[in-house]
Amino acid sequence: MNKNLKEQVLRSSGVNVLKCMRCGKCSGTCPSYDEMEYHPHQFVYMVERGDIETLMNSKSIYKCLTCFACVDRCPRNVEPAKVVEAVRLAAVRQQGNNHMTPAQIPEMLDDDLPQQAVVTAFRKYIK
Amino acid sequence: MQKIGVFVCHCGTNIAATVDVKAVAEALGHEPGVVISRDYQYMCSESGQNLVKNAIKEHKLTGIVVCSCSPRMHENTFRKAAASVGLNPYLVEIANIREQCSWIHKDIATATEKAIILGKAAVAKVHLNAPLTAGESPVAKRALVIGGGIAGIQTALDIAEAGFDVDIVEKNPTIGGKMAQIDKTFPTLDCAACILTPKMVEASQNEHITIHSFSEVTDVKGFVGNFTVTIKKKARYVDETKCTGCGLCTEKCPMKKVPNEFNMGLDNRTAIYIPFAQAVPKVATIDPNYCMMLKNGKCGVCSKVCSVGAIDYKQEDRFIEQKYGAIVVATGFNPINLDKYDEFAYNQCPDVVTSLELERLMNAAGPNGGTLLRPSDKTHPHKIVFVQCVGSRCDDSKGKPYCSKICCMYTAKHAMLIREKYPDTEVYVFYIDVRTPGKNFDEFYRRAVEQYNVHYIKGMVGKVTPRSDGKIEVQASDLLADEQLHIDADLVVLAAAIEPDKTARPLATMLTTQMDTNDFFTEAHPKLRPVESATAGIFLSGACQGPKDIPETVAQASAAAAKAIGLLVKNSITCNPCVAHSDELMCNGCSSCEKVCPYGAITYIDKEFRMPDRTTAVRRVASVNPAVCQGCGACTVACPSGAMDLNGFSNSQIMAEVDAICK
Repeated sequence: MNKNLKEQVLRSSGVNVLKCMRCGKCSGTCPSYDEMEYHPHQFVYMVERGDIETLMNSKSIYKCLTCFACVDRCPRNVEPAKVVEAVRLAAVRQQGNNHMTPAQIPEMLDDDLPQQAVVTAFRKYIK
Repeated sequence: MQKIGVFVCHCGTNIAATVDVKAVAEALGHEPGVVISRDYQYMCSESGQNLVKNAIKEHKLTGIVVCSCSPRMHENTFRKAAASVGLNPYLVEIANIREQCSWIHKDIATATEKAIILGKAAVAKVHLNAPLTAGESPVAKRALVIGGGIAGIQTALDIAEAGFDVDIVEKNPTIGGKMAQIDKTFPTLDCAACILTPKMVEASQNEHITIHSFSEVTDVKGFVGNFTVTIKKKARYVDETKCTGCGLCTEKCPMKKVPNEFNMGLDNRTAIYIPFAQAVPKVATIDPNYCMMLKNGKCGVCSKVCSVGAIDYKQEDRFIEQKYGAIVVATGFNPINLDKYDEFAYNQCPDVVTSLELERLMNAAGPNGGTLLRPSDKTHPHKIVFVQCVGSRCDDSKGKPYCSKICCMYTAKHAMLIREKYPDTEVYVFYIDVRTPGKNFDEFYRRAVEQYNVHYIKGMVGKVTPRSDGKIEVQASDLLADEQLHIDADLVVLAAAIEPDKTARPLATMLTTQMDTNDFFTEAHPKLRPVESATAGIFLSGACQGPKDIPETVAQASAAAAKAIGLLVKNSITCNPCVAHSDELMCNGCSSCEKVCPYGAITYIDKEFRMPDRTTAVRRVASVNPAVCQGCGACTVACPSGAMDLNGFSNSQIMAEVDAICK
């Protein structure tokens, strides 16, 4: 268990994983469920156990659509999508510290990129 | 000359571990007027009390200060000890050095300093204490039960059994409450109506019980033993004394499209109606929102067919006033509104129902005569999905934070009944935890799984989608199989959380009783006084205090009755002598105190006074009824001229305490 990684994920997501009561509604509601190796409820539980590296090495972190259905429906307000995003962020940061600056964003936007993708990307950081 | 004794308790290590009790006793021994200062391991023990008693006798003490736990715990103990050796009990002061000192501090030096200050304040106060004598007030030998469900009925029957008169106030046209709507009961599967309706009849025939149906409590005045309650008897437009309950009017009424609340709106009733066949009282009621005669004066059919002339379109709300010694609250519960749960499609699809709606769908007196049919197309459902914890155990704005307690068991009951009656039906229950603490409860749930082959799946339903082919797609997680399930269901049943009835909160305000953040009434002590409210003379019965099943409700109802009877058998009760009084020479007659008094204890009188120039003048001054005053002190704070003062907590005593603390 990597304590620093767990701390980083908890801090960047702002989520208290201990609020989870293991009902599985997030995974019951997830439209990407079948695409994912680890499912939303497992993200929450594995972060609680500190098993972050397994999640970082899984393709699951790129399968979350950020549709926020799990955030909307979680009866305990755990916000699993933010946990997934935090793990994805941890993976990105480890790949060579390639932080983006706001100035770089406009040149990366191309016409084929759906507006929705940009908007949801920002939604993930609101807490 | 005052001779004051100080007694510092160790309370085992509760106080002594954080407070240097010897230092406290030593320091307080030097306070003015203190002639003896002692510490002891357990001051409340018999030998501790003897220490206090002997000191009072030996030193002829004029007042004592006990530095110990909260006065709520042992003030009475030490007052009794003082009284037994001839010291007026109101010359005893408690300095709370446990709850307000040792328990909340970690540092010994700080805690000891604070304990000494609290002790000094108590010594300063006891210097000004005056002996007080408690008066007595009579007890009205009549009880009021608010709510006519199984809780209210059981409480009323038990109080009547003891020979006291009881009034039941029920807001609906009939008593019976939620239990009357339930089909079968767990864990025995006996018919709810079969065991409830005999009790309803018993209540209506008991000479000691008066049922005020279709009525509400609108005002409560007074105090324990002496409540004055105003009851609004809502106009039902039918003379209760004449109506025989023949039901001819309900057959002939042309307005037949009124949602039937008894069947949870799953079928219709007429504008004039009797809620169900075994209603008590069996009297018709006209619904003014739908009656065409009351709305636009055109119809009058019921009045024409009524052979006894019971219909009275001009009837108005009536108010009656009655005196009671005790009040029992039994306002019950309701399932929460599921409008906000879009994911379960409750508002979009008639075949997504709540558990209480399912009770009516399965009941012989329900909309389908007891055959389980889908509300949409009246076909037999072959695949039924139950969703547990809908709105319970939630930390969001939509639901309730608590477990509703009854859902696991009634869902097992529903699943079992359906599998028994319709073996070709597949039943799925999605659960987070199955909670079955109770006699024969877990066995009951295991029977649903093992004998009836109900599919219990650990997981939650995420989404319910009604489809155009009439099926309902249920998307859920099966956590043990690590799979997302898609079930094409015919019927979805939601175990909605339960919440206190909406009438409970305004009632709590009228009764000056406490509620928790969920609007459940708060008991006086969560373990040792579970059926009393913190307000004397107000008792709690049933689900108004917290989620409960029927056996627990009945047990609490009988317990509340026993407590009420214990009060009603007394001819008088001892009053609290710490009541307010007004200094008439200072009172300027402004009415501020009268306005803030929650008990209606203050009235204004015109009184003649001799003026300095030997003339007489009539002045308006406040007068406190000591039997009604509860000593809350609101008037002493409101009084702008300082005329109002509270016995035992006078302004000068409070100021002496503050001075001692600030010295």
